[in-house]
Amino acid sequence: MNVAIRSALDVMLGRDGQVVVFGEDVGYFGGVFRCTEGLQSKYGETRVFDTPIAEGGIIGVAVGMGAYGLRPVAEIQFADYVYPGLDQLISEAARLRYRSGADFTAPLTVRMPAGGGIHGGQTHSQSPEALFTHVCGLKTVLPSTPYDAKGLLIASIEDDDPVVFLEPKRLYNGPFDGHPERPIVPWTDHPLGDVPEDYYSIPLGVAAVRRPGSDVTVLAYGTMVYVAEAAAAETGVDAEIIDLRTLLPLDTDTIVQSVEKTGRCVIVHEATRTSGFGAELAATVQELCFFHLESPIQRVTGWDTPYPHAQEWDYFPGPGRVGAALRSVMED
Amino acid sequence: MDAGNDPDPPTHHGPLRFQVPEPSARPGDEPDFSYLDVPPAGDTRRPEVSVDPHQIRDLADAMIRVLDDDGNAVGPWAPGAELSADAMRRALRAMVITRAYDDRMFQSQRQGKTSFYMRSTGEEAIAVGHALELGPRDMFFPTYRQQGWLIAREWPLVDMMCQIFSNERDRLHGRQMPVMYSAKEAGFFTISGNLGTQFIQAVGWAMASAIAGDTCLAAGVVGEGTTAEADFHHALTFAATYQAPVILNVVNNQWAISSFQGIAGGASSTFAARAIGHGIPALRIDGNDYLAVVAGIRWAAERARRNHGPTLIEWVTYRAAAHSSSDDPSKYRPQDEWKAWPLGDPVERLATHLGQIGEWSPVRQNELDEEAKAIVRAAAKEAEGYGTLLDGHVADRRSLFEDVFKEMPAHLRRQRDELERLT
Ligand SMILES: Cc1ncc(C[n+]2csc(CCOP(=O)(O)OP(=O)(O)O)c2C)c(N)n1
Repeated sequence: MNVAIRSALDVMLGRDGQVVVFGEDVGYFGGVFRCTEGLQSKYGETRVFDTPIAEGGIIGVAVGMGAYGLRPVAEIQFADYVYPGLDQLISEAARLRYRSGADFTAPLTVRMPAGGGIHGGQTHSQSPEALFTHVCGLKTVLPSTPYDAKGLLIASIEDDDPVVFLEPKRLYNGPFDGHPERPIVPWTDHPLGDVPEDYYSIPLGVAAVRRPGSDVTVLAYGTMVYVAEAAAAETGVDAEIIDLRTLLPLDTDTIVQSVEKTGRCVIVHEATRTSGFGAELAATVQELCFFHLESPIQRVTGWDTPYPHAQEWDYFPGPGRVGAALRSVMED
Repeated sequence: MDAGNDPDPPTHHGPLRFQVPEPSARPGDEPDFSYLDVPPAGDTRRPEVSVDPHQIRDLADAMIRVLDDDGNAVGPWAPGAELSADAMRRALRAMVITRAYDDRMFQSQRQGKTSFYMRSTGEEAIAVGHALELGPRDMFFPTYRQQGWLIAREWPLVDMMCQIFSNERDRLHGRQMPVMYSAKEAGFFTISGNLGTQFIQAVGWAMASAIAGDTCLAAGVVGEGTTAEADFHHALTFAATYQAPVILNVVNNQWAISSFQGIAGGASSTFAARAIGHGIPALRIDGNDYLAVVAGIRWAAERARRNHGPTLIEWVTYRAAAHSSSDDPSKYRPQDEWKAWPLGDPVERLATHLGQIGEWSPVRQNELDEEAKAIVRAAAKEAEGYGTLLDGHVADRRSLFEDVFKEMPAHLRRQRDELERLT
């Protein structure tokens, strides 16, 4: 997926002279996950550059550049390190359009690797997406395939409002179904790893059905899409797996269509449970599909604790837990 | 782009230029440290500890050095008889064990026994000096590169390794990534993965000591890259405002992962000079010169203990190893840069000095090197016996839910029980 991200940045740097790419170790080195490798030598230091270690500074200058008319694409090295930048993101970027009567806007994209599965412990594993969806004025995107990552990143950069673009870091080098003991399959050997070189975009706010099914609707995003697929295969439950792709704006049409068909819903995310995005999804499904529901909606999520280092696989909501929820909603 | 008024105002200066600082050398280039002014040892004056900070602004651009090229201790900062040969040998021993420990743990990471490791090679003198010079009740707010403190304080190596291996004996129950120790009884604050947060906390701890009418100090550490974070600037502002009894250390090891110190603003002025605008005294010290390290810490500690407030110290050193086990420095800096580093190796320089005064010899150094390896090997053997990440002997998964709060709330008890029921 990192190759697809790089390709999206490359395409946009080439197409639009207003696009600038920056962040910690992003320039000469090409980023700790190699997402910007080669871009500085191709586009020069005025377009692709290293920044001081200051997330508040990075997002703050992005707001200023965006107000000037550039299209900044800022990288936060890990989502776990975005917090010093939240004031600029929440109080400033998200509200610039509103408070100035569209006099000033913030057409910026803030990319950040999120999620666990790499033994990163509590400061390299977090999934803070719900913090962003809770803010009025931010769009939140979280792709699960290289193809989507490129198309959605291009759409995010082209969007005239601020977009938080979360990259599931466990998917950078290949899909991951929650079975850490199995060998890693690189994207090059995976059908969804095929990414066209040229420009294309995928509209924000449109979900994708990854696996059609009739028994139960699974709402998932990022790494958990593959975990849900594994759980469906392992339990034999005919799950319809929806990859939300964009959390805000949310594609409620696709969700409603599916739940009306299946009458059951399981929500899966890696982030902690309480006040997680799953709570919003459960409320939405209840509001829009109540009379179609045949069993209570279930959530499978990370526990409400910091992400541990050693007990990573006890924390990660793997196919075992997702499978148990699938079976359980079918019994209700 | 529609900023500003139309038509463009007249200008005679041509277009603006976006300027990005560049390191002196990249892979394939000759290492080039000509940007670093290295004055002769003994050249920098030593003011009284009660000096008005405005009188010593020049020290922010100087470099305090005690050991000359031959290993003689010279100049006004030389500790003289106040640093015994025994004390120096103790420091040397701690540095040598730290290096052996780092090498061993790095190897363990390569063997898959742990997920991650960070070495402190080349900058051991700074942590060791703090550990041996500060008092037992003073509190150190470290970064992930200050393991030398724990080793100098003789915190058990086996306990350190159990943390690295995340095994059943890990006092932190496998919660934290390797090297993120916590050791309150050794005066060592719990390490955060979020850069810089500890710096302002050190100031708060020092303020508390003053509020309570206590006698102990705090010392905070950040890397030069981290001086860009807001917490660094908060720390200076609060420390100056309340004249907090704190030593504010910036370890300038030239590199922050792939970013040279200029990316943190180091090409425009020294990191020590950040103190000047706050009216905080600034010292800039050769961090690979153990005697200068001791002299600087003693000066700042005494100043703080006498209620003259904080001191900022920039330690000039070099990160000889990779940033971490996940890093490959050959991608961004000349491979042999460490060999060209003009301030040398802190271990060798202290050993040379001890030899110079007839208190050490190459034979004893050899013995120490071998002894350090043996100590580390024995500790590793024991720690591995308690398990490693590789063999899965990690803390009980139930411990995941402990210490989130003092009392476990009902929702966490429910989640713990749910995990228990899983096979
Ligand atoms: C808030 C935050 N941002 C980014 C990171 C990622 N990161 C870890 S270490 C590092 C470089 C730090 O460099 P420096 O402060 O110079 O210390 P050194 O590693 O050289 O000792 C970065 C960017 C982080 N841990 N925390």
